[in-house]
Amino acid sequence: MTTNVLERPDQAPAIEENQVLVTLTVGDQLCGVPVLAVRDVLGEQTITRIPLAPPEIAGSLNLRGRIVTAIDLRQRLRLPPVPAGQPRMSVVADQGGELYALLVDQVSEVLSLDAAAFERSPPTLDKTWAAFSTGIFRLDGRLLVVLDVAKLLALSVEE
Amino acid sequence: MDDLLSDFLTETNESLAELDVALVTLERTPDDAETLSFIFRLVHTIKGTCGFLGLPRLERVAHAGENVLGKLRDRSLTVTPAIVSDVLAAIDQIKAIVAGLTATGAEPAGDDTALIAALNATASGEQPAAISFDDGAVIPPVATPTAPPPGPPPGPPAGPPAASIEPKSPEPPAQTSPPAAAAQTIRVTVDVLEDLMTLVSELVLTRNQLLQLARTQENGAFTVPLQRLSHITSDLQEGVMKTRMQPIGNAWNKLPRLVRDLSHDMGKKIELTMIGADTELDRQVLELIKDPLTHMIRNSGDHGLETPAERRAAGKSETGTIMLNAYHEGGYIILEISDDGRGLAVDRIRAKVLSNGLATEAELAGMTDGQIQRFIFRAGFSTAATISAVSGRGVGMDVVKTNIEKIGGTIDLKSTAGQGTTFTVKIPLTLAIVSALIVEAGKERFAIPQLSVVELVRASRGEALSSGNSVIERINDTPVLRLRSRLLPLVSLTELLALGSADRAEDSAHVVVAQVGQHMMGIIVDRVFDTEEIVVKPVAPILRHVTMFSGNTILGDGSVIMILDPNGIARASRVGAGSESKLLRGAQVEAHSSADKTAMLLFRAGENQRMAVPLGLVARLEDIPREKIEMSCGAPVTQYRGKLMPLIAIGGGIDQQKPTQPLLVFADGDRTMGLMVDEIVDVVEDNLDIELAAGRPGLLGTAVIGGQATDVLDTGYWLTQAWQDWFRSAPRQGTKPGQPHILLVDDSEFFRQLTVPMLGAAGFRVTAVASAAEALALREGGGMFDAIVSDIEMPGMDGIQFARAVRTEGAWARLPVIAMTAHSDTDTARLGREAGFTDYVGKFEREALVASLRTNLSEPAHI
Repeated sequence: MTTNVLERPDQAPAIEENQVLVTLTVGDQLCGVPVLAVRDVLGEQTITRIPLAPPEIAGSLNLRGRIVTAIDLRQRLRLPPVPAGQPRMSVVADQGGELYALLVDQVSEVLSLDAAAFERSPPTLDKTWAAFSTGIFRLDGRLLVVLDVAKLLALSVEE
Repeated sequence: MDDLLSDFLTETNESLAELDVALVTLERTPDDAETLSFIFRLVHTIKGTCGFLGLPRLERVAHAGENVLGKLRDRSLTVTPAIVSDVLAAIDQIKAIVAGLTATGAEPAGDDTALIAALNATASGEQPAAISFDDGAVIPPVATPTAPPPGPPPGPPAGPPAASIEPKSPEPPAQTSPPAAAAQTIRVTVDVLEDLMTLVSELVLTRNQLLQLARTQENGAFTVPLQRLSHITSDLQEGVMKTRMQPIGNAWNKLPRLVRDLSHDMGKKIELTMIGADTELDRQVLELIKDPLTHMIRNSGDHGLETPAERRAAGKSETGTIMLNAYHEGGYIILEISDDGRGLAVDRIRAKVLSNGLATEAELAGMTDGQIQRFIFRAGFSTAATISAVSGRGVGMDVVKTNIEKIGGTIDLKSTAGQGTTFTVKIPLTLAIVSALIVEAGKERFAIPQLSVVELVRASRGEALSSGNSVIERINDTPVLRLRSRLLPLVSLTELLALGSADRAEDSAHVVVAQVGQHMMGIIVDRVFDTEEIVVKPVAPILRHVTMFSGNTILGDGSVIMILDPNGIARASRVGAGSESKLLRGAQVEAHSSADKTAMLLFRAGENQRMAVPLGLVARLEDIPREKIEMSCGAPVTQYRGKLMPLIAIGGGIDQQKPTQPLLVFADGDRTMGLMVDEIVDVVEDNLDIELAAGRPGLLGTAVIGGQATDVLDTGYWLTQAWQDWFRSAPRQGTKPGQPHILLVDDSEFFRQLTVPMLGAAGFRVTAVASAAEALALREGGGMFDAIVSDIEMPGMDGIQFARAVRTEGAWARLPVIAMTAHSDTDTARLGREAGFTDYVGKFEREALVASLRTNLSEPAHI
């Protein structure tokens, strides 16, 4: 582990200026995704189940005539499934020309955060979370995990 | 200037402009493998097309440039500004030549040796020097992206560059300078059209939603404008669809040249006939069939057609013909590529199949020529031995087949030795909009393309409530449906897609009868809704591995729905789980449906399964005391008529409790074997129509016999279990000279499979064909036999007509012709004798057939 920590500075993402993030909650965790990666924020949607698809894929939905693949972020982050009946929101991101909707519990405000409050993920962070996050922002009283959208969507490569 | 050249110039000018940009990008990011391979591809294409068009100077320069790029691509050279300059120099030279070409229609004269030498030096890793060449300037290390080469001075021979969209533009407006596009046509990127299509699809969906809303609200104010909107939307949709349609001739216009060069290279005389070039289809489909088409034409010219000398020897005209024929049929375009060449060599394919291990000799023996020929579509069937410069590039017919299937098409072939080969390709008109049946299974809705749906059957899952209702029956948990006295394999969509257990509470279900290739299967669904026109959209890349879906779409109500791929379902389910040969065999068996009734022996064996074997094949039935079964070398034998007879158990399990063991005895000459079964049930007369090809050895398949699904025994398999050389010994002794050669004509593969080894064992040499037409083709080909054995009931030309044809003329007029039939009534016999049959034997009466043959051949009883 020690060597890992020592090596980390080279791999750390360089953040000099303020980061603008769309904040969202998955489970009880506050997370954020770079605002530039987000194309749309959607409320509760009708999602068509896709048989035989990986469990992380919740299904597909219709976004103004485009078919968007919905990815259940709770599944992706190995969290317990959402209680039945609880409405969910989604954040739509573009990956290689395809649209994907990340299903989350709640999408809240857009925050501009000072780079000084940014830290790399602690090495002890759960492996799944470590793989999908670029770092952590210290907010007043809460921590915000910055999610790596590209890695979250890199389903086929990894599985 | 011909169309090909002007197309080439347009394309090349575009490529060159892109090349400039890409090369500069490469210089900035030397590690960008994507840019590098993009550049490589462009130059490679230019080079390839040059060779094809006969532009040697351009080709040499492009080739030298490609060499350098190739080295860069496989990392044996690293990208440096100097190397990029070299490549740019090559590209500038290409531009100069292209400009000359545009102006005069011919390559300008010039010397590129210095440039090529420099490029070659670079490629071999030497320090590149600044390049200069005679008719160009020294190229600066970094060239800025330049516009496409300036247009040549207006000159009479110049042609329009952008004629590809409007193929039938009459005389090219030669007086205008080429860069100014012709007024009637504009080049629009495909992306723009695709975007338009997407927008229109959305518009259609919104319109549908509006219409649904308007229907529920009886408010008159919106009705009229809405109707207008609806009409305009439909017209717009049609118009946009039209922009994507192109005549198939666009995919053909390079073929005449290809064939010309082919005939030149191969020293053959080839004529290309093209029919139906104005048949329109979606440009996306058009693009996708171009390559397979070119490959097939090459194959026809290279392998299919003979040399003039060979053709003369075969009595054909020296000029071989390749014919392309396209026409609409239903929602499909049928494309036939035929040649009048030598046909596919079944023997060579068979040998290849064996040596590549694609099928066993036993399997091959049971196949028709057509089935064996279809092996050329199989992956792993490489024609390596016949690779030539023209068509051998490691791209086999399997790739062609895969590409065609990718766009929802099918390919089949028909080949007659000495007369040629015809490939029939069936492709959908468009991939964009299809009519689909909406069904529900496991509470989810799915779309099934209407094109593969043959019919819908309502069936109950439980017992038959009323006799008129269809019932889904199960053979060891495999659902099947009796459909007009045939067995249809069924697939439960709910189970296949793992949508939870099937909803057994709901008794009634629907069976969607679908056609997959030549195979039929039924898909069990819970409900069937309407059909809808749907816009097919590809599934997201992370879902591509689920082969059961060909795409997804948005329905009129705005919900997303998955489109099922019947091919994928067939592959995933047990219908297509077997190898292709089994599929084909199944199809073949299904295809013929003889009206002959056959005496069948019904028995139970294995896991108490109901089985049947043609009675004529069984020598005797025995019930031997259990203690008479002895063991020899670990295998059961019994003393039977003074000899040891091997015993084979079907399915392994023998009930040791029973005091006696029922046996089916098969005999041949002095060899016998006993098949141990559980119980001999009955002898019935019924049609032997094998509906389902067997998935395991020892069975031919399943047939409806006596109103129940029954497994039909593959006798040949069990005989070889007892005597491995049961069939082989006979043909070996049969190579003796003077052995009678019999021609067997029967459309039933099953029967040929039984009769060929049986006659072989009796000392005859047998050639089996599947139809009278094939037999007559053998006669035309000069084949000679000692006797003919023919079935009466055959599709196409039947036995009676065949006998007449044999008697009327030709070398076979005096041969004994023996008929085999199940109808041995006197009327048929009289008709047969009048037609020219020498004798009549019942089907499956092997002793009678052998006896008749021996009598008619005046052979002594022992050969």
